[in-house]
Amino acid sequence: MRRPLGLAIYSLLALVFLLIPIGYTIVFSFNDSTRANTTWEGFTLRHWANVCATGNICDAVGNSILIGAVSTLIATVLGTALAIGLVRYSFRARASVNLLLFLPMATPEVVLGAGLAAFFFNIGFAAGMTTIIIAHVMFCLSFVVVTVKARVQTLDPVLEEAGRDLYANPRQVFWKITFPLLLPGIISAALLSFALSFDDFIITYFNSGPVNTFPKFIYVAAARGVPAEANVIASAVFMLAIVIVLVTQITGAFKRRKLSA
Amino acid sequence: MSLQDARGADLELVGIRKEFPGFTAVEELDLKIPAGQFFALLGPSGCGKTTTLRMIAGLDQPTRGQIFLGGKDITETKSHDRHINTVFQSYALFPHMTVLENVAFGLRQRKVAEPLKLAAEALNLVELEHLAARRPQQLSGGQQQRVALARALVNRPSLLLLDEPLGALDLKLRRQMQIELKAIQMEVGLTFLHVTHDQEEAMDMADVVAVMNKGRIEQMGAPEKLYDRPKTAFVAKFLGQSNLFIGDVVEQNAASVSINVSGHKLTVPRARAEKHEGTIAIGVRPEKATFHEDGQPAASSDLNIVGPGEIIDIRFTGVSNQYLIDIPNLGEVTVFAQNIGKSPVTELGAKVWVSWKVEHAFGLADLPANGAK
Amino acid sequence: MAFAAFGSAPAPNQGTSRKSGKFVLALLLPGLVYLGLFFLTPLISLIMTSLEAPDSSGAIGAYVYAFNIQNYADVVANYLPQILRSFLYAFVATVLALLISYPLAYFIGVRMRRYPLIQRLMVTLVIAPFFISFLLRTIAWKQILSEGAPIMQWVHQMGWLSSSQYFIGTPAAVVFGLTYNFIPFMTLPLYTTLERFDLRLLEAGADLYASPAKIFRKITLPISMPGVISGTLLTFIPIAGDYVNASRDFLGSSKTSMIGNMVEADFLQNQDYPSAASLSVLLMAVILILVSVYVKKAGTEDLL
Repeated sequence: MRRPLGLAIYSLLALVFLLIPIGYTIVFSFNDSTRANTTWEGFTLRHWANVCATGNICDAVGNSILIGAVSTLIATVLGTALAIGLVRYSFRARASVNLLLFLPMATPEVVLGAGLAAFFFNIGFAAGMTTIIIAHVMFCLSFVVVTVKARVQTLDPVLEEAGRDLYANPRQVFWKITFPLLLPGIISAALLSFALSFDDFIITYFNSGPVNTFPKFIYVAAARGVPAEANVIASAVFMLAIVIVLVTQITGAFKRRKLSA
Repeated sequence: MSLQDARGADLELVGIRKEFPGFTAVEELDLKIPAGQFFALLGPSGCGKTTTLRMIAGLDQPTRGQIFLGGKDITETKSHDRHINTVFQSYALFPHMTVLENVAFGLRQRKVAEPLKLAAEALNLVELEHLAARRPQQLSGGQQQRVALARALVNRPSLLLLDEPLGALDLKLRRQMQIELKAIQMEVGLTFLHVTHDQEEAMDMADVVAVMNKGRIEQMGAPEKLYDRPKTAFVAKFLGQSNLFIGDVVEQNAASVSINVSGHKLTVPRARAEKHEGTIAIGVRPEKATFHEDGQPAASSDLNIVGPGEIIDIRFTGVSNQYLIDIPNLGEVTVFAQNIGKSPVTELGAKVWVSWKVEHAFGLADLPANGAK
Repeated sequence: MAFAAFGSAPAPNQGTSRKSGKFVLALLLPGLVYLGLFFLTPLISLIMTSLEAPDSSGAIGAYVYAFNIQNYADVVANYLPQILRSFLYAFVATVLALLISYPLAYFIGVRMRRYPLIQRLMVTLVIAPFFISFLLRTIAWKQILSEGAPIMQWVHQMGWLSSSQYFIGTPAAVVFGLTYNFIPFMTLPLYTTLERFDLRLLEAGADLYASPAKIFRKITLPISMPGVISGTLLTFIPIAGDYVNASRDFLGSSKTSMIGNMVEADFLQNQDYPSAASLSVLLMAVILILVSVYVKKAGTEDLL
């Protein structure tokens, strides 16, 4: 088959385009700027050495990590159970359940955010950490279900039957066979969930009350110029995430190659 | 203790019925398998044999009926509490464990002392001890099959269930595994229940074969007996090939039953016929029939003769030649002639007569669904 | 029969189905109750709020339920430009994202199939923007494309924009930002369908004398339709509700406001909850109608 070079060049350009703002953000984390981090003033490690120097940025990041961790834990547990139930058992309300899981993904964030805010306002529940976590679990849940479901579908139920046949009771079958085999899917769901939570701005903004998060910090700062410390944190998170993803992708590619060999 | 100390137990199924929404997989099943026997459940796909196996393993619950193992009612016993193990069709090896851990799994669940040592012994029995540290995905199909066997056998179950365990292997490997499996069964002396759709496999390995069709057992017995005297049209056709003829009984006495098939009189010994009056089907195996190219053979009371007909197809299969002969008003008759270098006729269109000894004929209890073959 | 020997026939065993029914419930119920409480109830709450009217005290932010349908007429009258703008921007940005993503997804999913390592690296690069703050990415573009930055100097030099015209703050800049930010949401589902797609179908097509263009139109495109559908939905929906890109502090100006900006302003600044709520309900309703028509036309029943 003819393999035109044009498509390859186009794809590389498209990828470069996607990466430009990332490169920019990382580079400007080393910018020797004082307040607004808009023009290049020279190289410095000052912001990396002293991340928490600016205002309450580290409190905001700490909140985001806490919110991300708690929401991820809850969403992953609830979503994994839902995914197993949906794939493994047939029941009459299945179509409605699928719709209920699809709807949050088909609802714009601003509607989810305003809806929850109206709900909390109407029942007189003050916005804060709890309301943020409730909101984050809600929008992460569907994504966890989709991710874990894909893994459950590849799991042969015969393996669980073999476990029962080999004297494992239902609890042992789950922990020794089902769970270890679903683990890669559960881990990617948890990572996705944390990423979604950590980076969420719109829903959080409607439901955060006085609590500051990292995206909220940037949004508020955007009016007068985002400090370089925000770039430092975003760059650090980015590098950590990319390392995790690269490791899993590369080991995955090797595993796949080994199996097909 | 070693594997050899194990002894199987009797299995008895009483009035088992299994209904699924929309269809009945097993109609009514009574079955008894004595301890230490190699028993094969043979039938086409969808006949209910795998459902039967799953009910015995405890993976499905019968709608009705009881299952006894060693005289104890285990109908309500959970799968993990039954001393029965299964070799699954797809092997179902745990991909996240090594071969050795796979084999040790059941022992660990039952808290048997020294599970790894026993597992290594079991791997030794199937000659795979050198692959103990591998993952199942790194093994060939035949090796995976043996790991699955070791994983089941190591528990010394009262009953070992084999669900088409050789189905995924190629022909050559399958024959080799059949021999090994039979040898292992003789060595460990367990009760084996083998489910298969491969009649050769069932006849080759089992002490007793039960032929299943549409949720019922059609006939049960030693392989050579089943082959020699099929009692139903299904068994006659599923277990090897048969020439079947339908006709009304025109003569019957203490020794034999004869029918008339469009002018031909065909006789079957009374002891080999299930029905003695009305319209019945009589059959003969193709290798028991011979054909004659030099005119009609002399009539004899111990010979069934049909003809004349025309050879319309000849197939050379190596060991034997298969001839298809069309006899007007009677239909097509298949004859196998051993390929020993003196085939009488090798030409299409030749006019021949076909004959077989009365003692080789068998009379069926039912009629073939789509007429005589 | 055999039953006689045992006195009576054992009762039909339905234990497993009943038990597994309870088990399914235990698996599904917590998640479903959660979504009921914190997704469905808030939507109802939002609809209730959208029908409120100012209470008798006249205090700012004080409203009572009044089945006040007038709110909807008011928001349409007041915010028609923003509403139309939202859907126009979302449509243009979705089409642009599809045009940009399809060749990229095809290259990664089909051409790179023989190099799994490179394939996975490229997928990682596609999703890399997810790992850096959405807001900072957008701010980065704002600064890269700001007046005085090298790119815009060059653009002015080339005469593509007159020296009095800015890029940031224009509808084009907002659509640019929206397109950029949601390309990964388009590329990933496209990649997923194209990656699974059986290459022998292409060979069969070529074997049956189809030209490359015809092969694409008759084989590749129809097979990748599920990816196109989920990609366009995953892009269109969040774009229609986005307000970061269009906001004055990011790529937009007061002339580019979208529905989201108005909801934010009404809810969080003006405390005009009924107006914010009716605007949200309207947005949600339009999206649901568009999605269901689109999905029905495209014929995908299982979106999850």
